Formats: sequence, C-alpha cells, structure tokens
Amino acid sequence: MKNNTVQHDCIIVGGGPAGMAAALEAAAQGVKDILLLERDQYLGGILNQCIHTGFGLHQFQADLTGPEFSARYIQRLHETPQIRVSLQTFVVRLTPDKILTCIKPGRMLTLAAKALILCTGCRERTREMIPIPGTRPAGVFPAGLAQKLINMEGLLPGKEVVVIGSGDIGLIMARRFSLEGARVRAVIEILPQSRGLARNVVQCLEDFDIPLYLQHRVACLYGRQRVEKVKVVRVDDSLRDLPGTAFFLPCDTVLVSVGLIPENELIEMAGVPLDPRTNTPVSPGINQTSFPGLFVSGNAFRIYDLVDSVVRDSACAGRQAAEYLRGLGT
Amino acid sequence: MKKQLTCIECPNGCVLTAEVKNGRLLTVEGYQCPKGETYAKEEIESPRRTVTSTVRTEGLGIKWVPVRTNRPIPKASIGAAMQAIQRVRLTHPVRVGDVVVANLLSLGIDVVATRNSE
Ligand SMILES: Cc1cc2nc3c(=O)[nH]c(=O)nc-3n(C[C@H](O)[C@H](O)[C@H](O)COP(=O)(O)OP(=O)(O)OC[C@H]3O[C@@H](n4cnc5c(N)ncnc54)[C@H](O)[C@@H]3O)c2cc1C
Ligand code: SF4
Repeated sequence: MKNNTVQHDCIIVGGGPAGMAAALEAAAQGVKDILLLERDQYLGGILNQCIHTGFGLHQFQADLTGPEFSARYIQRLHETPQIRVSLQTFVVRLTPDKILTCIKPGRMLTLAAKALILCTGCRERTREMIPIPGTRPAGVFPAGLAQKLINMEGLLPGKEVVVIGSGDIGLIMARRFSLEGARVRAVIEILPQSRGLARNVVQCLEDFDIPLYLQHRVACLYGRQRVEKVKVVRVDDSLRDLPGTAFFLPCDTVLVSVGLIPENELIEMAGVPLDPRTNTPVSPGINQTSFPGLFVSGNAFRIYDLVDSVVRDSACAGRQAAEYLRGLGT
Repeated sequence: MKKQLTCIECPNGCVLTAEVKNGRLLTVEGYQCPKGETYAKEEIESPRRTVTSTVRTEGLGIKWVPVRTNRPIPKASIGAAMQAIQRVRLTHPVRVGDVVVANLLSLGIDVVATRNSE
C-alpha cells in the first residue's frame, strides 16, 4: 500500500438509498469506521429527482415522495457517528485489492477499504440502445433525464410530447409534463400490457386523458433540427408491423422510457466478472461478487422497481460487510 | 351499474368492481385491504389526488424545492392548484414539512416542502 493511502474498515460508494441503508446497517452491526462517498453535492441519489409519491409504503407505512424518503435516511446518517460522509467525491478507479482513487474538487485521493460496498445505481437505456430509424433531430430525451431537467433545473423540455415505452418513469413523466401545461399526445408500448404499475396507468395517464397505445411501436422519427412528428404502427403478437396501420403524431419532444442498466464500471475495472447482458456482477448470492469483501447493492446489483426493496436488500449488504470484517478479526 | 376501478393506494393495484347508483357507491369487491374499500368510495363519489410539484427559490441552496399537498385535493382542483404553486417564490430557507402555501384554494389543505432547501 502506498504510504499516502488512508485505510477504512468499510467504504461505501454512492449516497443513494442503497448506500445510506448499507452504511446504517453496517454501523448497527458494530462496524466503527465507515466512509460513505458520493460524487454529487447531496445525498439521496436518484430520489432527489423523484418528487412524486409512492415511496416508503413498506418501510415507513407512509406514502412519501422521493426526497422525503431520502430525508429520513439522511437524518439517521447524521445521528450515526461511526459513519463519515464525503460529498463531491467521485470514485474513478478501483483495483482488485480494493484501492480506490477519488477526485474531490481540486485534489485527488487514494483510499483503501477492508470491506467495500458499491451502490452506484443505474443509468437509463438510451435511444441508441433501441434503434429507431429516421433523422437524428434534437428533442429526444431519456425520460429520467427529462425528469431531472424539470424537477431540479426547472426546465420544461417541450410542449407536445410522445412517450416511447410504458415504464413507470415514462408514465410519471407523462403526468409531470401535463401538470406543467404540455400536451402529451400518447404513450406507445410495443408489448400487449403496460410495463409500469397499474396505479401509474390510472393516475398518470387516465387522469389526464393520455392515450396508451399497446402493441404499437414508433417506426420512424421525423424533423430536421427538432423532432416534428413520429410514425406509429401497430404490431402483431410476434412484434411484426401490421400493414395499413401507420399513423402520425405531431410532437416537439420524444421521451424514451425503455429501461435501466446497472452502472458497474468500477468493478469491471477491478476485473470482477460481469454478465454482459445485464451488466450485473456474476454472483454467488445476493449483493456478492466473486471477490471476497467486495459487495454490490441497490440498482447496481440488479434493477429494482421499489426503493423499499432497495433499502431492505442493501441493509443486508451492510450486514454482509460487517460479517466479513468480523472474519478478518477487525 | 357496475364499474371497474384500479386501486392506486399501493403497488398491488387491485382491480375493484364497484356497484354504483346515482354517483354513490353501493358495494365493492376485489380489494385486499381496507384502503381499497375507502379508495373505491372516494374515487366514485369525489375523486382526490395528492399533487406534487416544485417551487422556484431565490438565493437558497437549491434552485427548486419539491413540494406536495399534505392531503389529497379534489381532482377538479388540480389545474388551479398547479397555478397557485407556480406563482410561489421562496426566499427563506425551508425544511421538510414546512408550509409553502397555506390553505391552498381555501381547501383547508397546505402545500408543504418535501426537501430541505439548504
Ligand atoms: C427515474 C426513476 C424513478 C423511480 N420511481 C420510483 C417510484 O416511484 N417508487 C419507488 O419505490 N421506486 C422508484 N424508483 C426506484 C428507486 O428509486 C431506485 O431503485 C433507487 O433509488 C435506487 O437506489 P440506489 O441507491 O441503488 O441508486 P441511486 O439512487 O441511483 O444512487 C446511486 C448514487 O451513487 C452515486 N455514484 C455513482 N457512481 C459513483 C462514483 N463513481 N463515485 C461516487 N458516487 C457515485 C450517484 O451520484 C448516486 O447518488 C425509481 C427509479 C428511477 C431511476
Ligand atoms: S386494495 Fe389494498 S392491497 Fe389492493 S391496491 Fe389497494 S391498498 Fe393495495
């Protein structure tokens, strides 16, 4: 180990719900020296942009918004002296022996972890991952990015919207655009049923009279600088286009809500085997990797629908790390 | 008259079958917990929703503070509620739960912050 490297019993990367829950449980299990690293200025991760309700029904028996859910964990972190939080700390490199290189504003530091839990979340699949023919105009956004622009930056990306994919984030954004005065033309889903929860179909689409076209797909995008319209066609059960069913929807914005993939560059760098299809660690059991003492939890381990399940399983990662440290005699 | 509803109180999304007469709920089936029964009655007789949005700040730690109605408001008031929320400018720091708009549209319901501004 290089002599300017600081060692900690347990390091957690990512200050979203997974990282916070893992840190709290590790502390509860007796780990005394826990460091939580977050690249952003704030804790809470993706929850900061999820201003809608629907969080915490299991964990707190309350229907909380994302920020309210997160605030309860932040409060508990501040009350737990074994946990030190380091914000604006971006982990950029990881070695197989759990040495981390981090960038903080204006400096770089090297840390070593006895036990390491990666809770780096996920990112959105983009249009590039589901090929849509046509031009490449401006105005096409991943739904979660649009969520961040509206809810955190106060920017409404457009006035006439078509949503591709009926995942929960797309449904929630259809409502959000409607509330802000935009017109949502339709949600287009290739499958015969919505991918999102029934409650979101009711309160995000039906409440605002937004049509949901099941077994339809966007076959083409049009527009020179900015998207101007999309072509929609009906598909059969084998997802083949049905002739004569095409129609056009005018729009200035297309949201793509076609799923999330775990963010696991760091463990990949360290040589942990990943399943190339799902980008998740090849794992002998929940939160585990093939490296001892290296755990992954939350959306980085697998994509979760509910934050309540994220914090339940991530608490388990905190216990696993504590157990591993006990095994080392720490 | 029979009417199908989807309960939105939790992710289970139970499908409810309601017997409705003159805008009143007579009976309902299909719920898995008592919340579903209450939901059906409200949804038929006076549907309500919790509204969440953001308000602009001036000179505070975050540029937009997320907010919610502290109780569900009548569905018909959602548009007017959004307009009232859009007019707010926050200049003093707020904490989770602080009232941002008191007695929204005289409904006896407050709009509260859902995140600390600092
Ligand atoms: C858009 C969206 C809407 C959702 N809506 C709902 C809902 O309505 N109800 C519900 O129950 N669930 C919902 N979920 C699911 C749930 O909120 C998420 O599954 C949960 O927040 C995931 O938590 P996490 O901690 O794994 O990831 P995140 O919250 O994404 O946290 C990851 C954190 O790691 C940090 N990080 C990443 N890489 C690094 C690095 N190299 N160095 C330092 N820090 C790093 C990030 O900055 C981030 O803060 C939604 C999810 C998304 C994406
Ligand atoms: S009836 Fe109960 S269990 Fe079923 S969706 Fe409603 S709240 Fe959930």
